[in-house]
Amino acid sequence: MALSLKLNGQTHEVEAEPGTPLLWVIRDELKLTGTKFGCGVAACGACTVHLDGEPVRSCQTYIEDAEGAEITTIEGLNSKAAQAVQAAWVELDVVQCGYCQSGQIMSAVGLLSENPKPTVEEIDDYMNGNACRCATYQRIRSAILRASDMMEA
Amino acid sequence: MTLNTSRRGFLKSAAAAAAVLYVGARPDGALAAGSAPAQLNPFVRIDADGTVTAIVKHFEKGQGPATGLTTLIAEELGVSMEDIQYEFAPSDPSRYANLAFGQFQGTGGSTAMANSFMQYRQAGAAAREMLIKAAAEAWGADVSTLSIEDGIIKGAGQQAPIADFVGAAAQMEAPAEPRLKDPSEFRLIGNAKVKRKDSLPKTNGTAKYAMDLHLPNQMVAVIARSPRMGGLAAGFDDTDAKEVKGYIRAAVLPNKAGVAVYAENTWAAFQAREAVTVDWDLSNAENRSSDQIREQLLNAVNSDPEYNVNGADPAATAALIDGAEKVVEQTFYFPLLAHAPMEPLTCTIEANEDGGITLHDGAQIPTGPHMALAEIFQLPMEKIRINTMLAGGSFGRRATPTADYQVEAALAFVLTDRSRPVKLVWSREDDITGGYYRPAVAHKVRVGLDAGGNITGWDHRIAAQSIIKGTFFEPMLVHNGVDHTSVEGVPDGLYQIQGQFVGLSDVAKATNVLWWRSVGHTHTAYVMETMMDEAARAAGRDPVEFRLALLEGGGKDQERLAGVLKLAADKGNWGSAPEGRSQGIAVHKSFGSYVAEVVEISGNADDGVQVEKVTCAVDCGLAVNPDVVKAQMEGGIGYGIGHVMRNEITLTDGVVDQFNFPDYEPLRIGDINAIEVHIVPSAEAPSGVGEPGTPPSAPALANAIAVSGPRVTELPMINSGISFA
Ligand code: FES
Ligand code: FES
Repeated sequence: MALSLKLNGQTHEVEAEPGTPLLWVIRDELKLTGTKFGCGVAACGACTVHLDGEPVRSCQTYIEDAEGAEITTIEGLNSKAAQAVQAAWVELDVVQCGYCQSGQIMSAVGLLSENPKPTVEEIDDYMNGNACRCATYQRIRSAILRASDMMEA
Repeated sequence: MTLNTSRRGFLKSAAAAAAVLYVGARPDGALAAGSAPAQLNPFVRIDADGTVTAIVKHFEKGQGPATGLTTLIAEELGVSMEDIQYEFAPSDPSRYANLAFGQFQGTGGSTAMANSFMQYRQAGAAAREMLIKAAAEAWGADVSTLSIEDGIIKGAGQQAPIADFVGAAAQMEAPAEPRLKDPSEFRLIGNAKVKRKDSLPKTNGTAKYAMDLHLPNQMVAVIARSPRMGGLAAGFDDTDAKEVKGYIRAAVLPNKAGVAVYAENTWAAFQAREAVTVDWDLSNAENRSSDQIREQLLNAVNSDPEYNVNGADPAATAALIDGAEKVVEQTFYFPLLAHAPMEPLTCTIEANEDGGITLHDGAQIPTGPHMALAEIFQLPMEKIRINTMLAGGSFGRRATPTADYQVEAALAFVLTDRSRPVKLVWSREDDITGGYYRPAVAHKVRVGLDAGGNITGWDHRIAAQSIIKGTFFEPMLVHNGVDHTSVEGVPDGLYQIQGQFVGLSDVAKATNVLWWRSVGHTHTAYVMETMMDEAARAAGRDPVEFRLALLEGGGKDQERLAGVLKLAADKGNWGSAPEGRSQGIAVHKSFGSYVAEVVEISGNADDGVQVEKVTCAVDCGLAVNPDVVKAQMEGGIGYGIGHVMRNEITLTDGVVDQFNFPDYEPLRIGDINAIEVHIVPSAEAPSGVGEPGTPPSAPALANAIAVSGPRVTELPMINSGISFA
């Protein structure tokens, strides 16, 4: 079926079968590869994007349910929280292999957008669904706290 | 102004075609330079416009070699980290052999920095001397008066960017022995403020991994594999797959190991595979369950070992233990483990116009797939090109001696008319069920102690599924039947133990097994370090003091191990845990590096254990990038603790029971509250950091739990009644 998707501020006409995960339309059709495939079953968070500002797992979001929503991927981030998160990530050299980090950042931006001053417990709770096989968690936690400070400044 | 700038730009680019300086090594190891890479193995290239590029021979899977090798060149050459870039070397084993692997180009065994430390520094230093010599000749100055700083050659009242002398330097011979900086002169090596080179692209979504490749007109292939190792595809029915939009076709792989399902895109390929029914010939397939494998391993450690590993007399050791005042004895079992790198396995193959083949891959040992593809396509090595891309983690998985997934891709490509590139994609389920696991292993240890609490005898039996036997690494790593990776860390351990006997038995593999971050040390460190605690407890002595006594009076190796043990104990407030907390410690040498860790926990085995803090001390020689070393320790600790807590791969009648992350639950952010890493200052040659953080983490956790809870000898810990908060 033909759909029109609002993604990163632009409208895209795409052809996809109902039930196709948003992830594969973003990666294979629109060729935006910053959003990653890690598990396909909403267990790792690598595929996290924003739907109307809320983080969702795109591997478990059907394309027909994304129609009409504002979809934001890592390539389209530009909010104040996003800038702070990305700057903090670079400042603290969070990444290792980096494959999970788009998803980590999308979740972190979601967290700081709704809760600009999270506690460590709130961070651990919110970020629980984003796996990092390289175990960069220490730095993710510190970078979120750092971004929170940057947003305040 | 504009005119001048662009004219200058034009002149520069015209010159660029002519003058490029490469510095590297000849196959015999001697330094060499030239304006083309043909006769040498280049480590650095300087373009006519002064752009400096480090040519990185080790692939980047997150452990930071791109940053490390770039730092070495920048330091010796005299440019800032901002002004140097990097690219991956093409696959050519005659040029880029990893010195530790013989004629093999690869990354693994935490060798990247150790291997390249001198090579890359020398290349940078040679380039510096050549550029200075060129400037000295042009300026009529003495070379000793000139230096390079931040890419500018200065001295004798003159200064100019290195770009001005690239052409002249490219005509020179490389100096045989360029002067390397004295460590006191280092500005970048050892500087904790040096940043990773790859943070930005990995933070804004632009970094391209092998999974991100979209070649024009490509197909995606996924493989339906036998549910049991050794099963063969006898045929298939794809009637239902034809209903899937984007499905192209399916075909039995030439080796019958599976059925390739081709589609226009990844999702269609996954769906079509679900709809294909394969007829499996399982007559020769594995049908054991992991319980049976466990039984076989445990029987083996309770029988006479097949191989005597350290040449000691087992009867003499038995007599020493039998006559001891106290005996401690434990039997351990370690399950199969998957690596589960974050990026599932993938690679892409396309035909080149010249009749050759290109493999696009996050290749960890490019020489392996290079040779395998040359064989499959019946092409000379130089007709196979390998485009090394970023890899989303590996932990050993992308380095199979059989080049397993690259071979699959090649076989899937062979079955096409080769007009379209084929991208092979593994799902997470393929990854978790796909074999190449950390082998299942059992140990049985008996330790005798005298009345004074000193060890009098140590009988250590190991039963394992050999990683190396049957691979082309066998001549290098198997001696007198002993696969060194099954025992490393025991016979070569640094404790001065009296009357130690080490024996090994091999048990047949039920699945393919493979090195997994820190290889044999994953289990040997656990056994050695938990037994040390058991022995210390039996002797009524403090675990740190007990270990130090066994290291005292040894050589430099023992001193370095004792050094990290004391540092970790000191920084981790050993012996003064806050109310309600317990501490455990472990120390181990692997890959040339010494690491000690103190794990501090709260809670208990029944209500839930929480890892509050891990304090790590590492001696890896000179830490080229201290922040990268810290990151690797943090990651290695997380990897070790996550798996020992709750991960295992089990088999029922030969079929893997786990599928995906929900039943192979990764470490999560809340599992470890804090990690602190301390680096021992050292001028020794750099040693590995990608793996050595892992081995001590699990036994340190086990030792903390055993303070007031059970001694865990059956892994993962959740199988031994330990719950986690
Ligand atoms: S790929 Fe969507 S959560 Fe893992
Ligand atoms: S950085 Fe490798 S998985 Fe997170």
